[in-house]
Amino acid sequence: MITVALDRSDDDARPWIESAKPSHPSLIDTHHVLADLYNIVNVPTILWIDEAGRMVRPNDVAFGTDTFKHITGLEAARHLAALRAWVRGEAAALPEARVRALQSLPTETDQQARAEFGLGEWLSANGRREAAARHFTRAGELAPHDFTIRRGTMPMRGIDPMGPEFRAMLGAWVKAGNPYYRPLPE
Amino acid sequence: MFTIIDNGRASQVDERAGTELARRAEAAGRPVAIDPAERVAYLGVTAAERARALSSLEAPDFTLPDLDGRLHSLSQHRGRKVLLVAYGSW
Repeated sequence: MITVALDRSDDDARPWIESAKPSHPSLIDTHHVLADLYNIVNVPTILWIDEAGRMVRPNDVAFGTDTFKHITGLEAARHLAALRAWVRGEAAALPEARVRALQSLPTETDQQARAEFGLGEWLSANGRREAAARHFTRAGELAPHDFTIRRGTMPMRGIDPMGPEFRAMLGAWVKAGNPYYRPLPE
Repeated sequence: MFTIIDNGRASQVDERAGTELARRAEAAGRPVAIDPAERVAYLGVTAAERARALSSLEAPDFTLPDLDGRLHSLSQHRGRKVLLVAYGSW
């Protein structure tokens, strides 16, 4: 297992990593390199990668525990059982054609949003908070489904990512008929 | 001075060279974000390049630090099954 925190800083991710005391690599991705490479638009996002370095289950939503089940409606057990069976060689992963069919590929607008995010992140890291906020806002307008941008930049904009602004954003998104989490159908 | 962030790396160039680099990247179809007042531009990666890599099903390699600053790459785990988990404190 490799975990990657899409976070503003080491310090934002540190308490989670230190309390979990993981034996696996626990990495920090302040520039959202992983989001750009894998078209990740929310967390948690998981992928299965086989011994040959090939993606055998594309971006999916899964939790390791049921801590947030009352909010997300997603149970950990189903994914964990499927994961164990695959790791032990008891079950095959998805065939290549299914992996491709279930993949979501970025559009040019998504990549423009990521460029705006990248600029904002650099400005934020260099203390240019107001300028950064302009680009984060623009990025969110371009990719309204991308919560690594809309929610993930809230700490850099001085907004509580669990607070009323997040709840208002989520409420509007869901009311318009959009799911916050998009787990794979199989 | 002008800052160009390309492939995640920031470099300083003079303003004319910076705007020219941004213009050329845009002409090549790359996503470009510019802040003229702050004199900085971010050159991104095209959707076509990302889509090509993802469609190949070969997991894109990356190198990122842990809390101790040690760098880890996905490619170091070749030969083992990997569960890749992206999460955030937010």
